[in-house]
Amino acid sequence: MSVFGRFDELPDPRPVPSYVVTGGRARPTRNTMRPETLLVAVGDGKQLPVTASSEKRALLKMCRRLLSLVEAAAYLRLPVSVAVVVACDLVDEGFLRVSGEFPAGTDSPLPDTRPGRPDLDLLEEVLHGLRKLA
Amino acid sequence: MGSASWHSPAREMTGISAAADEHYLPDSIQRSAKILVVGSFGVGKTTLIGSVSEISPLRTEEVMTAASIGTDSLAGLPAKETTTVAMDFGRITLTERTVLYMFGMPGQRRFWNPWAGLAEGAVGALVLVDTRRLEESFEVLNQLELQADQLPFAVAVNLFPGSPRYEVGELREAMDLLPQTPVLQCDARDRGSSIRALAGLTSYALAVEKGSV
Repeated sequence: MSVFGRFDELPDPRPVPSYVVTGGRARPTRNTMRPETLLVAVGDGKQLPVTASSEKRALLKMCRRLLSLVEAAAYLRLPVSVAVVVACDLVDEGFLRVSGEFPAGTDSPLPDTRPGRPDLDLLEEVLHGLRKLA
Repeated sequence: MGSASWHSPAREMTGISAAADEHYLPDSIQRSAKILVVGSFGVGKTTLIGSVSEISPLRTEEVMTAASIGTDSLAGLPAKETTTVAMDFGRITLTERTVLYMFGMPGQRRFWNPWAGLAEGAVGALVLVDTRRLEESFEVLNQLELQADQLPFAVAVNLFPGSPRYEVGELREAMDLLPQTPVLQCDARDRGSSIRALAGLTSYALAVEKGSV
């Protein structure tokens, strides 16, 4: 580990605008990143660059095992909108993986599914799962 | 813009850098679903989520700026003030590969903007109502219609002790619901009862998706 590594973990009392955390962007690079999106670190030993933000480091560390974006954001006390932008960057850079993500350019494996609606298979599984637990 | 209006929760981190092991999802989980639990303050959203959730309900906050407050003024707020809107949520592992998230959302118009898009991909919305304050559900139902008209929803009457009991038909009429909208009853404090309400909504959402209602 770099001798500078721990600097990121020191508490910093200064308020930092969201646009600094997100590198000046209000919008994430992917439109499929949702609060319930499941994330896990790729974990191939690749190190974040020394310039990576503390939020990026914290999110990657939090996702060392499978966790939803919204849970990671809550534990880190990051607004979800900020966590989305940071998570998208980490996925784009190959540090984070989205669990169960469909191939690029498709939102769903089923062509019949309406945009923004879960597919029938998922709905059936949710119903079955809930009935089993009730 | 004054520095006081900025808020960076990450800088207030108290050294939490990883969740405890039991907070993580089983490695076999491959996909997630979500249900929105919507209703006015004090109607039992967090109670219901807490009854069902396998983790202690978590809270996340979104910063809302004056620009996103819109015309529905938070009366008396200075122009550049910001405020935070909290959302409580929980989760339940349904099968070896599927986990369900439940998001509690305040129903009032001024709280919707930060969560716009949360309806995207959701199974549906469970609208919790309290028969002692039925009129408070009108705004919630209105917002659902305006902000998420593709989202199937079911109404669940949270049975508070001593709350007046009405016939389903009366409730349907009072809330101006479509004939096919399910009107369920539940006790948000009871896990089984809450899960049955979520199942009722999911069953309806499935029927809508299949085009059978």
